[in-house]
Amino acid sequence: MSQLTVNGIGVDDTFAEAFGMRATALTITAHSALWAHQAAVTMTGFATSVIGCGCEAGIDRVLSPAETPDGRPGVRVLLFAVSTSELQKQLQNRVGQCILTSPGSACYAGLETDERLKLGNALRFFGDGWQVSKRLGDRRYWRIPVMDGEFVCDATTGLCKTAVGGGNIIVMGATAEKTLAATERAVEAIATVPDVILPFPGGIVRSGSKVGSKYEGVIASTNDAYCPTLKGTGRSALGDDIESVLEIVIDGLTSAAVAEAMKAGVRAILALGPERGALRIGAGNYGGKLGSHHYYLKDLLP
Amino acid sequence: MSTLAFTLREEPSQRLDLAPLTPDQLLGLSESKIATLEIQTTRERLRVGDLFKIRTGDAMQIRFEGGSERFDRVGAGMSKGQITVEGDVGIQAGRLMQGGTLKINGNAGPWTASRMRGGTLIVSGQADERVGGPLAGETVGMRGGIVIVRGDAGDRTGDRMRRGTIIVEGKAGICAGSRMIAGTLVLRGRVGSLPGYLMRRGTIFAMNGSDALSPTFVDSGEHELIANSLLASYITPHSPDVAAMLRRPWRRLLGDMAVIGKGEIFHP
Repeated sequence: MSQLTVNGIGVDDTFAEAFGMRATALTITAHSALWAHQAAVTMTGFATSVIGCGCEAGIDRVLSPAETPDGRPGVRVLLFAVSTSELQKQLQNRVGQCILTSPGSACYAGLETDERLKLGNALRFFGDGWQVSKRLGDRRYWRIPVMDGEFVCDATTGLCKTAVGGGNIIVMGATAEKTLAATERAVEAIATVPDVILPFPGGIVRSGSKVGSKYEGVIASTNDAYCPTLKGTGRSALGDDIESVLEIVIDGLTSAAVAEAMKAGVRAILALGPERGALRIGAGNYGGKLGSHHYYLKDLLP
Repeated sequence: MSTLAFTLREEPSQRLDLAPLTPDQLLGLSESKIATLEIQTTRERLRVGDLFKIRTGDAMQIRFEGGSERFDRVGAGMSKGQITVEGDVGIQAGRLMQGGTLKINGNAGPWTASRMRGGTLIVSGQADERVGGPLAGETVGMRGGIVIVRGDAGDRTGDRMRRGTIIVEGKAGICAGSRMIAGTLVLRGRVGSLPGYLMRRGTIFAMNGSDALSPTFVDSGEHELIANSLLASYITPHSPDVAAMLRRPWRRLLGDMAVIGKGEIFHP
């Protein structure tokens, strides 16, 4: 593959291919930042890939008390799925099992759009008749009695139909340690970009996949071209110098946010340099025919 | 563009129905056309020009210079713009109001904001009985919007209220929030006896207590609720001092158990 070299790091002349998704956002608050974070982490757990989890979810950013509706510390989370019905199902189950259950929590719409998903309107039945609706101006809240007081929840939250899932960066390095160091830098840089999440553990995936498999009924399998232990088998995309590959997957509420996140990530890796970090940066695509959003690495360079 | 001003020529000798003088109905009308509009009265026929000196201006900003307790139905049914009254008004100010802002810099008569659905209504002085309440034969009172009474309010404030918010910064009469279906009633001053009489759902704050509480309310203890801090944020632009008082633990009474008992009174 043809490459550019920036700051001693090879940048493949390729693009990341991403897909249209449905998304929503929530603001989770609690008595302390610790418990708001705990509710958010639990709610976005087991949400790395729509392939096996039903949705992709993560923390967008931490909110100060001044930024939340109830003046308590909060966290904004984003949730992505392939259809509105799946998103609604995941939202209801996750808020019901993970936020409602978390001590002192409250949950608000994190996105204002005309199209709405049910939030409190789906959970209120937990109140068994004791739930109370409170309408203040344009917003309607549900108050559900729980054992530590009341769970307060917006009736609905916004639905974004133009979200983007699957923006990515493939990070290749000489050792596992250096590759991880470069990828961690990219994750830190992307954390400052609003409206995006990195759904995989700590923002990083080590088992990138390709579409299909030799086995019937398996929809995704290991990305053998990027497995360093398979160098020399003929299908490898890796040169002799690469011993470890990691990937960052990015979901965003807008295409611009995904591009901004990829740009921040790529630039952070380039800034770290090849001595301490990666030797090469690539991106994953399917030839450009499956996804409607293409992000060329050469457009993201400093 | 300046405000469209109506200056009262002299104290009216009969009751006047001023419902036609809203931004909705005056938008696009010339000064001469407005002057010939007929006002419904109790005795003699009157036109707007007989009653007021008109200073032409933007009909989205209407101003009455001088008021009277005979000014009935001011701002009734309005859905946009602003009406300001420099003086008192009579009965049913802002009745069936849907939007916009009605400011009464004086006292208001009974049934202020009767069956209001939306918008903002501010009374700088006192409001008489049944703020937001239904007229005889109607089953539901106020259904939305926000009412702020800076002075005292009469009996049965928020009668049969269904939705929306009423704030009374002064005292309130007996049976505040009687037969409430839902909604929020925040009463800063002392409240007469039996607040929440036969209320079904909804929230009443009796911040300085009441003369007598019905025995059909049960004490559910002191609670500092998130819902009250959301309410505080909502009313802060309208009444910051009252909003600040909401953000602390309040004793919560549930009732009225004589009916379904899903309402609440916060009481010292």
